[in-house]
Amino acid sequence: MRALVLALVLIVAAPVAGHAQTNPQVSGTPTNPTSMLPPVADELEVIKALQGGRVAGRITIPDQQAANLIQPQGRSWRDFHNVTLAWVGGVAVLGMLGILVLFRLSKGRVPIEGGASGRTIQRFNGLERANHWMVASTFIILALSGLNLTFGRHILLPLVGPEAFTAISQWGKYAHNFLAFPFTLGLVLMLLLWVKDNIPNGRDVKWLAQGGGLIGNAHPDSERFNAGQKGIFWITILGGAAVAVTGYMLVFPFFFTDIAGMQLSHIIHSIVSVLMIAVMLAHIYIGSVGMEGASAAMTTGQVDLNWAKQHHNLWVERELAKGRAAEPPASAKPAGAD
Amino acid sequence: MARMKFLLDAERCIECNACVTACKNEHEVPWGINRRRVVTINDGKPGERSISMACMHCTDAPCAAVCPVSCFYTTADAVVLHDKDLCIGCGYCFYACPFGAPQYPRVGNFGSRGKMDKCTYCAGGPQADNIEAEYVQYGSNRLAEGKLPLCAEMCSTKALLAGDGQVIAQIYRERVQKRGYGSGAWGWRTAYRETVAI
Repeated sequence: MRALVLALVLIVAAPVAGHAQTNPQVSGTPTNPTSMLPPVADELEVIKALQGGRVAGRITIPDQQAANLIQPQGRSWRDFHNVTLAWVGGVAVLGMLGILVLFRLSKGRVPIEGGASGRTIQRFNGLERANHWMVASTFIILALSGLNLTFGRHILLPLVGPEAFTAISQWGKYAHNFLAFPFTLGLVLMLLLWVKDNIPNGRDVKWLAQGGGLIGNAHPDSERFNAGQKGIFWITILGGAAVAVTGYMLVFPFFFTDIAGMQLSHIIHSIVSVLMIAVMLAHIYIGSVGMEGASAAMTTGQVDLNWAKQHHNLWVERELAKGRAAEPPASAKPAGAD
Repeated sequence: MARMKFLLDAERCIECNACVTACKNEHEVPWGINRRRVVTINDGKPGERSISMACMHCTDAPCAAVCPVSCFYTTADAVVLHDKDLCIGCGYCFYACPFGAPQYPRVGNFGSRGKMDKCTYCAGGPQADNIEAEYVQYGSNRLAEGKLPLCAEMCSTKALLAGDGQVIAQIYRERVQKRGYGSGAWGWRTAYRETVAI
């Protein structure tokens, strides 16, 4: 595409530039020895356009960004924003939603084998849960306000009208800018809290080979987090880091970088974000409607013992061995108490 | 209707910056915002040229194409304008614009941008012509009074031309033929996908 544009520029521009400089029939004045001169302004434009480069010079106003005269890369960024991002984002998000609907229809909800036991075990403590929900709630708002910037004008704008849409987008922008900070803080805490249980090891390979989790029906041995959960963890941490770094470049415009850096930051920020949104849709699915007993881990923090044994047998054994199993419910009577 | 364009004859521009000053004064553009600027390339070397640059009012404008809130519109004179009441100051138009035309006042938190400001071709905004509200937001609307943009009108060397594209291209063509050389219509290829055939 870019080669095509450049070829077109070459075809259109080259003869014209030549004419303006050297055509003696038109001018009737002595020909300028242009081949002796350094490139003049217009030739510079053509050369830079062919090289895809910026034309920049000197400026007398304080804003040095303004010294860039022409930046053809804007066209590539426009193509990225309007075509590439829209397609990648659309396919990733809608595709994932479609897959999840098909999954639910074909496989149904993953049940607790043997039903709920009535006894629970603590899976996440208060700090872990609070941090999870800080990250989750800010992520959802960041995701919606971000998707709005790319898709809102096509979907929401025709529905609510320009004034209301601007109000929504303006608040979305403020929310996006401010919530970036708790989101990043949450990621750092998440890394500190869970990294020790998320180091990949040989058991993860076995887990994947045996088809654990959503895809297969087997229940390979699993520690506190299985390979799928470790994947979610590292996608969140590494993807989140990429999004955070590029996001801070964007929220402090031109403070760290120039126009090319801003464009690149936006490209990385938006592509990683839409892919993370797709992954998080799957995470939300399996943590809520997709699996019986899973949501308790992040709401009350207490999961059913049968659920825990089914999905995280090695972790349960370790916890029970440590004698830290949760108290039985009040209704349960000790043996021989009657 | 006319197809309004700017044309900068770099052989004539003497980098006096009067266009920049006139624009700021005419529209009372705030401190830090430059709707027009003069860039000197090959500074101090043979082949030095100065180019006065502002919004070129592109055909198929990139700013309008990427705006998340669709606040841009093109007038019957092919002038690209925007509605500041709809702009959210996201900065996307600056990333897409080949000429660095969009400007943002620094307001609010971090480096966050206020509502975008750019050259209006002295054609104001979406409000009724030459009312107070239009002047405050966009500056004066000379086009509605039958006048051309002030930067070009007061250019002492007539390096900067504004008006119907065919008329100003013809003026430039005659100049180039008369003097035997020209350095091209700056930005025309990028903005209008054409150049002035001599």
